[in-house]
Amino acid sequence: MVLKMSDTINMVAYDREGNEYKIEAPTDMNLNVMEVMKGSGMDVKATCGGMALCSTCHIYIISDHQPEGPGEDEEDMLDQAFDVEDNSRLGCQLKIDSSLDGLVVKLAPQGS
Amino acid sequence: MIQTDILIIGAGPTGLFAVFEAGLLRLKCHLIDSLPQPGGQLTEIYPKKPIYDIPGYPDVLAGDLVDNLLKQIAPFKPEFTLGERAETIERDNDDQFVVTTNKGTVHRAPVVAIAGGLGSFEPRKPPISNIAEFEDKGVTYMVRNPEEFRGSKVVIAGGGDSALDWTIYLADVASEVTLVHRREGFRAALDSVEKVRELNRRGKVKLLTSSQVIGLSGNGKLSSVVVNHKKMGGTEIDADYFIPLFGLIPKLGPIGDWGLEIEDNAIKVDTFDYSTNVPGIYAIGDINTYPGKLKLILCGFHEATLMCQSAYKRIHPDKKVSFKYTTVTGIDGFKDE
Ligand SMILES: Cc1cc2nc3c(=O)[nH]c(=O)nc-3n(C[C@H](O)[C@H](O)[C@H](O)COP(=O)(O)OP(=O)(O)OC[C@H]3O[C@@H](n4cnc5c(N)ncnc54)[C@H](O)[C@@H]3O)c2cc1C
Repeated sequence: MVLKMSDTINMVAYDREGNEYKIEAPTDMNLNVMEVMKGSGMDVKATCGGMALCSTCHIYIISDHQPEGPGEDEEDMLDQAFDVEDNSRLGCQLKIDSSLDGLVVKLAPQGS
Repeated sequence: MIQTDILIIGAGPTGLFAVFEAGLLRLKCHLIDSLPQPGGQLTEIYPKKPIYDIPGYPDVLAGDLVDNLLKQIAPFKPEFTLGERAETIERDNDDQFVVTTNKGTVHRAPVVAIAGGLGSFEPRKPPISNIAEFEDKGVTYMVRNPEEFRGSKVVIAGGGDSALDWTIYLADVASEVTLVHRREGFRAALDSVEKVRELNRRGKVKLLTSSQVIGLSGNGKLSSVVVNHKKMGGTEIDADYFIPLFGLIPKLGPIGDWGLEIEDNAIKVDTFDYSTNVPGIYAIGDINTYPGKLKLILCGFHEATLMCQSAYKRIHPDKKVSFKYTTVTGIDGFKDE
């Protein structure tokens, strides 16, 4: 089977130490940014499994992308995160689709 | 000292169900949890969410599942040490384990079952570089005794219920209360938000929104915090106390130093009976790992069941376990002592 390249996007994620991860993610598997970061071996706890019920996938969007949101649940959870900026989001609330091609994100500090 | 048959560390669904399976074998259980209430992740993170993969329940709210488990295990009279974290473990001369909590409560049992889930729920600490220096010297993550703050200048950070509730409470106790929150809106209950805004209008509480605490200073004891406003930048305000209230996060904690084999923050077990590398210590539920492990409630129930069989053999080496269905035996609870 040939993988149709049009069904994937490319994104770049930086971990808290600044290491770069180049990630290719399929758009047709109902994935979100948290899942593909975790799947690439990045240190994302994802305690709640992607329900916007923890804030362990707090990221900054560095590219110009402005995905819709954050919704109310997401804002509420960001209240438990630290160093929240205007470009802060929860990775689990960003669905991987073609609009996110070229996305650049960075994991936010976690506290301890 | 508290003596029991199986000492269970963690009162999440796995630990709770272990009480039932142990009870069928006439073994008594005592549970320790750092949270003030049983239920683990279900109560702490998602009490109002429906779960769809509990066999026999097309759907059940997490909070209801915990209530049902408590009802199911009630005949076996479990005892609890809540709000305390299991800190140290030792083996005494009679081959029993002695487990002591951070508050000094001592427990003793021939078998320990660690059902610690993702770890002990602990307050989330802000990433301020020198925060550890001021812990218990002005920085506190929990209000235990409000009187401690009488007449002091208190800065609270956070936007949830506990941040607002303590702001309201301490407004009458402290000489000055400042609430710092990262945005304009609050997720807390509407009437407490109204109350805080009212206290702010009356000058009883200072409200700094769109702001975060980014620095702490003092000489041996906290004397001020730096608050950064999104647009206006940093200001230093006097503070005797700083109380960051950002919810709880699970941490493996002291169990990591108990001499157990750990892999990826989980305890390695033998799937024959979920025993660890230390005979007499078992690990069940989210806290353990083995090839094919899934962190699911139903898997924790299964693990708890097999663990109890093995624990029985350890406690009564010369007796045979006779396997009987509950439909045959019914539930023969423990009498009050
Ligand atoms: C948002 C969310 C949704 C989920 N949905 C599902 C689902 O649909 N189906 C499903 O099967 N699973 C689901 N899960 C996973 C499920 O909640 C876990 O598998 C389950 O909670 C594990 O139970 P446990 O008893 O092993 O651990 P936990 O529930 O984590 O309980 C462990 C307890 O141990 C305590 N503890 C740990 N260390 C210590 C110590 N040293 N001293 C004292 N106490 C200690 C902790 O405070 C905690 O209360 C979900 C989880 C989340 C977060």
